[in-house]
Amino acid sequence: MLRIGGSIETHWFLGIAVAVFAALLGLWYLATGIALVQPLFLPSPSTVVDTLIDQAKSGQLWSDAKVSIFRIMVGFAVASAMAIPIGVLIGTYRFWEAAIEPLVDFIRYMPVVAFVPLTILWSGTGDMQKFLIIWIGTFFQQVLLIMDNTKRVPLDFVDFGRTLGMKDQSILARIIVPSAAPGIWDSMRISLGWAWTWLVLAELVAATSGLGYRITTAQRFFETDLIIGYILVLGALGLFFDQTMKFLSRRFFKYEEAGR
Amino acid sequence: MNRFKVEVRELGKDFQARQQILTALEGVNLALSENEFVSLIGTSGCGKSTLLSVLAGLQEPTRGTILLDGAPVEGPGRDRGLVFQSYTLFPWLTAQANVEFALRGNDMAKRERGRVARDHLRLVGLEKFASAYPSELSGGMKQRVAIARALSYRPEVLLMDEPFGALDALTRKVMQELLTSIWEQHRITVLFVSHDVEEAVFVSERVLVMTNRPGKIKEEIEIGLPRPRSHDMLSTPEFAELYGRVLESIRGESLESAGFAANA
Repeated sequence: MLRIGGSIETHWFLGIAVAVFAALLGLWYLATGIALVQPLFLPSPSTVVDTLIDQAKSGQLWSDAKVSIFRIMVGFAVASAMAIPIGVLIGTYRFWEAAIEPLVDFIRYMPVVAFVPLTILWSGTGDMQKFLIIWIGTFFQQVLLIMDNTKRVPLDFVDFGRTLGMKDQSILARIIVPSAAPGIWDSMRISLGWAWTWLVLAELVAATSGLGYRITTAQRFFETDLIIGYILVLGALGLFFDQTMKFLSRRFFKYEEAGR
Repeated sequence: MNRFKVEVRELGKDFQARQQILTALEGVNLALSENEFVSLIGTSGCGKSTLLSVLAGLQEPTRGTILLDGAPVEGPGRDRGLVFQSYTLFPWLTAQANVEFALRGNDMAKRERGRVARDHLRLVGLEKFASAYPSELSGGMKQRVAIARALSYRPEVLLMDEPFGALDALTRKVMQELLTSIWEQHRITVLFVSHDVEEAVFVSERVLVMTNRPGKIKEEIEIGLPRPRSHDMLSTPEFAELYGRVLESIRGESLESAGFAANA
């Protein structure tokens, strides 16, 4: 287990992972239990759980989460729907790469945070501004990732299509796209994780609903338990979406592991 | 009027490398008769794969002409089938669907495509693996499907670019025998690129030895070994004599490419 390239059995892996979680939780209990830190800064785990249960019972948690999930779905779907064709195009044709890649690369290095004031000026503090921030934060990254996925299609696949007398368009549709698809899906999964960050950022700065908004209001009333509870919920939601994407990937691209 | 299936005349290929022009092929002349199995052998980097790629139409020749049945060819086409050294089966398709993919260009009903694909999988002994994905197949099996795929759409010429180069020595031998027996039963014009002298002598009617860069045909050696062939032949004096001749021809080139004087 402690050797480079060593192996580990599943029950050991799970055991160690659970132990680390438990140890951190224990430390948290201990620190709050012996009043090492004031509850204002770090409430006990049970307080956080109780608060979350209250929020769930009153329906607040669900309505906050619903708003945030809706925003992420729309923003991410629009970004992806645009990034996939563009990424495939610039990964396939050098002309489109020259036309688009340097521009995207430049915009990618502009901090998303700096767009928040601008997007508020453009579209207020409603859903549209959240979509915009999610879009700016994910679209440009996705384009470059998908370009890379497309470029990784073996050249021999394309050459084989040529020897069959296939036209470029049909090579693109019937060889390049299916060949790059598993990689593209994985890029989407990775960028979905980032989308959560941008959403919460947008909701923290200016919003009237959503998980991020609830965290800012909680701060005003020194509800540390609520802040920590919502951060945990955000983490759990992110993990859930990531695992769902992974699960779907195994369903869609079963052939990849058929022999493993 | 034209007795050759494939004819290559004064073929040359240059590459632009930085400010320099690299000549990969120069003055290549060769001719394949109908249903002849010819190997092209040379040291690595001699341009044999480039030549095959030019014949397949994947690269443009800088000079010279290629004739197929007497007519000049330009660009790739279904009259020439190529088997790659790398695995080129599509991982998202089953063995059967991979072969059918190649048949789409033929004017053929879907049922008919299925039947032809199955027939060709049977030809390479993989009818039981028709519904297997490439990730479930060994390297040798993948190349067998690739051969079935290339034969299925009936190209005029089969071009093979070191198709067994990535396989282990034992699998290689099995594949050579399989290819030989397929060719013996269903004659087709084949140009087979290899850097393995034994392999080239075993599978071919004729071996063409290439010089180092710029590559051209240095010598051609008739392999008069009887058919059907099997690996028992490897220990016969006739085989040893041909093996020796090809090896001797290629040896000078190997030494030179390894940095020794040509006449060492």
